[in-house]
Amino acid sequence: MSMPVSKRIVTAAFAAALVGGLGACGEKSQVAVYEQGTYQGKADTAAWDGPAFKGDRAAWEAALKNRARGQNEYNRTE
Amino acid sequence: MGRMKFLCDAERCIECNGCVTACKNEHEVPWGVNRRRVVTMNDGVPGERSISVACMHCSDAPCMAVCPTDCFYKTEDGVVLHDKDQCIGCGYCFFACPFGAPQFPNGPSAFGARGKMDKCTFCAGGPEETGSEAEYEKYGSNRLAEGKLPLCAEMCSTKALLAGDASVVADIFRERVLRRGGGAEAWGWQTAYGGGEQRRERKQDREGQK
Repeated sequence: MSMPVSKRIVTAAFAAALVGGLGACGEKSQVAVYEQGTYQGKADTAAWDGPAFKGDRAAWEAALKNRARGQNEYNRTE
Repeated sequence: MGRMKFLCDAERCIECNGCVTACKNEHEVPWGVNRRRVVTMNDGVPGERSISVACMHCSDAPCMAVCPTDCFYKTEDGVVLHDKDQCIGCGYCFFACPFGAPQFPNGPSAFGARGKMDKCTFCAGGPEETGSEAEYEKYGSNRLAEGKLPLCAEMCSTKALLAGDASVVADIFRERVLRRGGGAEAWGWQTAYGGGEQRRERKQDREGQK
């Protein structure tokens, strides 16, 4: 026993509407997740690896700290 | 070693623009690009305050987060640098930066026509051989590798602009503030930007002009 064509069309349309309607009720996260990219450029050498300090990080740090402390004029006047 | 930072003491800055000039000269920065500039609040009003602004080498830098080509990197000593060969001049970093640090040689033109971004390097050069001609041409001189601080801070006549390791800079500023005295008034908005009286005076001036 087969359904008349018009009834089949109505049933199919109803089923499609039901699927579409219920699909809209589905909950999906709409918050975008951003991920920090990784550096894509050329590699750089550290400041202490240059010709002036030749990899001596402690000497570089000491030189820079000394230079930074020199910005305090109270150190120079007292 | 911790992090390299700048600190500008608004109580000392006299808007001489010595830092701006020193930076431009040291790195031969092209016309139209200012890696550093002096911003004055309440210009011309008694109690005006100036601060020298450049890249603040943020701990969580927004320019790094938005760059579509991921051309930014942070050195071990906390300096935010970028690879100009990787930069496409899109200008996203300029929109993201709260300090207006990223600069473009062709000004505010359309995408692709701005040229490659240029910004303060904390006088640390860039991803080229240290001290090489390529490094100087693209990023300017590398004073940090010579054991020197950024020239803007070293040239500052009133020592308003301090640069160096954050702990040392903080120590200098702390001592300075303690010597200034004044307790709580030596810190904060009121000292840096003026109190309510000034705002009232300005309002009265404006109303008088109408």
